[in-house]
Amino acid sequence: MRYSYQRRTCAIARAKMFPKGTKRKFSDSREEPVAGGEDVNQSSLAAVRMLSSYSLQRQSLLDMSLIKLQLCHMLVEPNLCRSVLIANTVRQIQEEMTQDGTWQIMTQALSAANAAAQCSADRLVATEVLCRQTEAAQGEQVPKPFPVVGSEGCPAEEVLEEEEEAAAAEVGMTMSTVSPQAPTSYLPGTFGMDPCWEEEETGEDDDDDDEEEEEDSEECGSGSEGEERERDSLVEDTRTAEQVFGTFEIKNPAPSPDPALEELFSDVDASYYDLDTVLTGMQSVPKMGPYDLLESLSSHGPSPLSSSTSCRSDLNELDHIMEIIVGS
Amino acid sequence: MCKADIISTVEFNYSGELLATGDKGGRVVIFQREQESKNRPHSRGEYNVYSTFQSHEPEFDYLKSLEIEEKINKIRWLPQQNAAHSLLSTNDKTIKLWKISQRDKRAEGYNLKDEDGRLRDPFRITSLRVPVLLPMDRMVEASPRRIFANAHTYHINSISVNSDHETYLSADDLRVNLWHLEITDRSFNIVDIKPANMEELTEVITAAECHPHQCNVFVYSSSKGTIRLCDMRAAALCDRQSKFFEEPEDPSSRSFFSEIISSISDVKFSHSGRYMMTRDYLSVKVWDLNMENRPVETYQVHEYLRSKLCSLYENDCIFDKFECCWNGADSAIMTGSYNNFFRMFDRNTRRDVTLEASRENSKPRAILKARKVSTGGKRKKDEISVDSLDFNKKILHTAWHPKENVIAVAATNNLYIFQDKIN
Repeated sequence: MRYSYQRRTCAIARAKMFPKGTKRKFSDSREEPVAGGEDVNQSSLAAVRMLSSYSLQRQSLLDMSLIKLQLCHMLVEPNLCRSVLIANTVRQIQEEMTQDGTWQIMTQALSAANAAAQCSADRLVATEVLCRQTEAAQGEQVPKPFPVVGSEGCPAEEVLEEEEEAAAAEVGMTMSTVSPQAPTSYLPGTFGMDPCWEEEETGEDDDDDDEEEEEDSEECGSGSEGEERERDSLVEDTRTAEQVFGTFEIKNPAPSPDPALEELFSDVDASYYDLDTVLTGMQSVPKMGPYDLLESLSSHGPSPLSSSTSCRSDLNELDHIMEIIVGS
Repeated sequence: MCKADIISTVEFNYSGELLATGDKGGRVVIFQREQESKNRPHSRGEYNVYSTFQSHEPEFDYLKSLEIEEKINKIRWLPQQNAAHSLLSTNDKTIKLWKISQRDKRAEGYNLKDEDGRLRDPFRITSLRVPVLLPMDRMVEASPRRIFANAHTYHINSISVNSDHETYLSADDLRVNLWHLEITDRSFNIVDIKPANMEELTEVITAAECHPHQCNVFVYSSSKGTIRLCDMRAAALCDRQSKFFEEPEDPSSRSFFSEIISSISDVKFSHSGRYMMTRDYLSVKVWDLNMENRPVETYQVHEYLRSKLCSLYENDCIFDKFECCWNGADSAIMTGSYNNFFRMFDRNTRRDVTLEASRENSKPRAILKARKVSTGGKRKKDEISVDSLDFNKKILHTAWHPKENVIAVAATNNLYIFQDKIN
């Protein structure tokens, strides 16, 4: 059932990105080995489907929100109110998903996908690599990797995300474009884009269309998501990377440096402007996509790791300098 | 349609004689009501263009590598103190005080200079004459008298002139500043909700307004659907509110969009100062300033959109900021919707009407027909179904004459002025 959920999620998200008519297949969902020895209770199939529908809507909303937070070649400062509201929505979804255990499954799938996939060029527009670091270790048990995910030849999706950050905006830092060699990660929704998925999918399930239409309606209460609870209850991921607002920098090609400005910032560590240096200074972990970033949205409390703290304190310092310059 | 022509703010002045509009291209257009002439007693004064000027220009912030839009976010008139009119107009970062003065007379018959301005030879002056004032073509000039800049890190969303006529406040996403109209190099920060750690930011300021009579009181609304009333006498930094207005959430209608649709896009005090009105995505609420725990009246603007929130989130329409306004007597309120519809609610009779601002439906002197959106399965004739609404045609800005039943409605790049029917 876990696999079925993932397939549906990715397929729905994929259907949103591609024109209709792309076929999706669900018929082999029952044949896949189910982890943990869970059995699908045939009598509760209907209930499970309803829960899946809610989960799908929620997932779709999450995907949509993350895409909205993505910035590409922004000319004008984005609307802070809109960004805050979207980020709050994402946080809310993530909290709920963490509570019912869906979150862990998704992030596990991501790690498995990262491990299996090759890193190569992007398909979607690459914007920024996250200026952050994460703890690689996950203390909890690792579930079986999903069979479908583990194929080779799937183009890696380098979907990166940034969030306009007012503090960073104040600082006025611009980051250089990420180099293609940067490790990549997947959006779960992008699984469907992989040719390996396309090969397998032939039939189309009518249920999908119903669920897509349902997405427009208000989400119903989640109720007890017994399906997800049946899975291994994973310990919540304790990654403590920086949260959305502290993490992202505004991406813009830096204008040719003004000598006066250069002088002004001469004592600022220029490595800030070199994304690679920043990344190297951190633990080398596979870069993660927006979903991993979401981890940080839930953790308001935990203190960030030391280098990210220094990152932030320098940001505050630059912030302070900027305020003096601006005279506010 | 040119994007720069999209109207971004509409405001009547204190007498209602002038109506100012600002647009995305940074221009301000002021309309003046023609005096009712004796020749046509049945024709109310019409509004004609009085003055047009470029208030703000696009700027480039070199430090952030970002453009600063010239779009006029708000215009607020100052009370008239002499023959000239003054208004404040603001874009995202800079507020400007404009003086609009007109000349319709000129003096002739100077002693020291002749008609074309050249100085007369003093020996040629043999007699003294008194210059006379002769009418000339009216000339309206707008000049920027004050520029209030560099006080806002974030985007300015509101300005409000205080009842003392000496100060005004300006609010951005995280701060509210208080200015003196005469002093441009300094402002007092009176509200600051910026968290020490920007990562903890979950709420922003969406609107602010001064109380119409008490010059020490102002309110500001937030993206979480709350309103805080502050008293400037209490402390220099009004971080602690005097009153906190919030309606408890209805748990049965909770969804992932609850917070977004609760975000307040506009807050307006009634003329009396006893009430205030807030606009969130789906409704307008009237609050009694003496009751903080819930509004006294709630009006549904377009409840039929509640089942479409996901689509509206997808196309970003859910973030549209609608404004609202009171009529002069505080007995009616008006706000905009989609498909060029706008809604008016009578507070006394509880009746409401939906009208449309469009060229096809608005011939001069024609009476507007009430519109209806069909929500059920059956669509009656003349009704419009929710799915055929045009979400690109949104009425965000409306204004009501302070004394009469004259309203101004901005529909994208068109301005409609409607008046009460005269018998």
